[in-house]
Amino acid sequence: MQNSPVQKIDSFDRKIIQATQSGLPIVSRPYDAIATEVGLNPDEVKTRFTKMLETGVIRRIGVIPNHYVIGYSSNGMSVWDIKDELIDEIGEQVGALDYVTHCYQRPRHLPDWPYNFFAMVHGKSRDEVETKVREIAAIIDNAANSHDILYSTKILKKTGLRLGNIEGKKCSD
Amino acid sequence: MTVYPKLETIDRQIINLLQGGFPICDEPYKEVASWLSISEEHLMARINAMLKNHAVSRFGPLFNSERLGGAVTLAAMAVPDHEFEQVTSVVNAHHQIAHNYARNHKLNMWFVISTENPEQINEVIKSIEAKTGLEVINVPKQKEFFIGLKLEV
Repeated sequence: MQNSPVQKIDSFDRKIIQATQSGLPIVSRPYDAIATEVGLNPDEVKTRFTKMLETGVIRRIGVIPNHYVIGYSSNGMSVWDIKDELIDEIGEQVGALDYVTHCYQRPRHLPDWPYNFFAMVHGKSRDEVETKVREIAAIIDNAANSHDILYSTKILKKTGLRLGNIEGKKCSD
Repeated sequence: MTVYPKLETIDRQIINLLQGGFPICDEPYKEVASWLSISEEHLMARINAMLKNHAVSRFGPLFNSERLGGAVTLAAMAVPDHEFEQVTSVVNAHHQIAHNYARNHKLNMWFVISTENPEQINEVIKSIEAKTGLEVINVPKQKEFFIGLKLEV
């Protein structure tokens, strides 16, 4: 489970975040470029990046692929009404599956929304998603009263994190 | 039907290799390029190209805003078909909306609200409800279960 506390960051961390939230500079020495921008030396910037990775302020550094372009065109949000007392055990098992990319307990909103457990499944087709959801159903067995799969039919908006209104500097400019 | 760009083999290798683990060192592109046996310039050119053709939506650090004191929630609305475009504009105009997806359910619009502090979540919800006259169903996460993200291409 990844439910840990708020980390203290200082004004330099904040500047680093603002400088990189729209992307890492694509230049030979990107951490030097960030250092120049925020007014620190490059070693200090690298140390802070390492620290933010360790504390989970940064989840990871890399590419965020567009699922549609890389062929994972079916993005199924499987939603389940799980008996509350079983949700921790089920969550550990379902979250561990390699095709489940997000896995959360969320509140029901009766009567419209009876589901309290969300497992996002990516697949190359709806058939593939449905096969995987059947595998999840087998794990969940009789701990769920009902379930459904919501497919995304269109991306209406997708952006990275924004801290306040200050846009990060575009890296490749 | 949207036509998506074809990925070159090297692009697939970059995506598979770099969903995390980009090095923190003086010349990280040179380092990654050596893993792929290509030049640093070639790697940088392919990352730029994939950003431009949207094969990659972002390249860089992925921040966990909740560890920074920020708040995130998932919310949904049941939007009548004839209002869908207009409601999309209203919702997306809030800069706190990070993602928004149309989904095949009575609750047909699902979006992530990301704010600098927890109080602002309700302000955004109230604003959307006031401007659209529709109810926003808020389903904040109560618990996140561990996942190991890696999509092979």
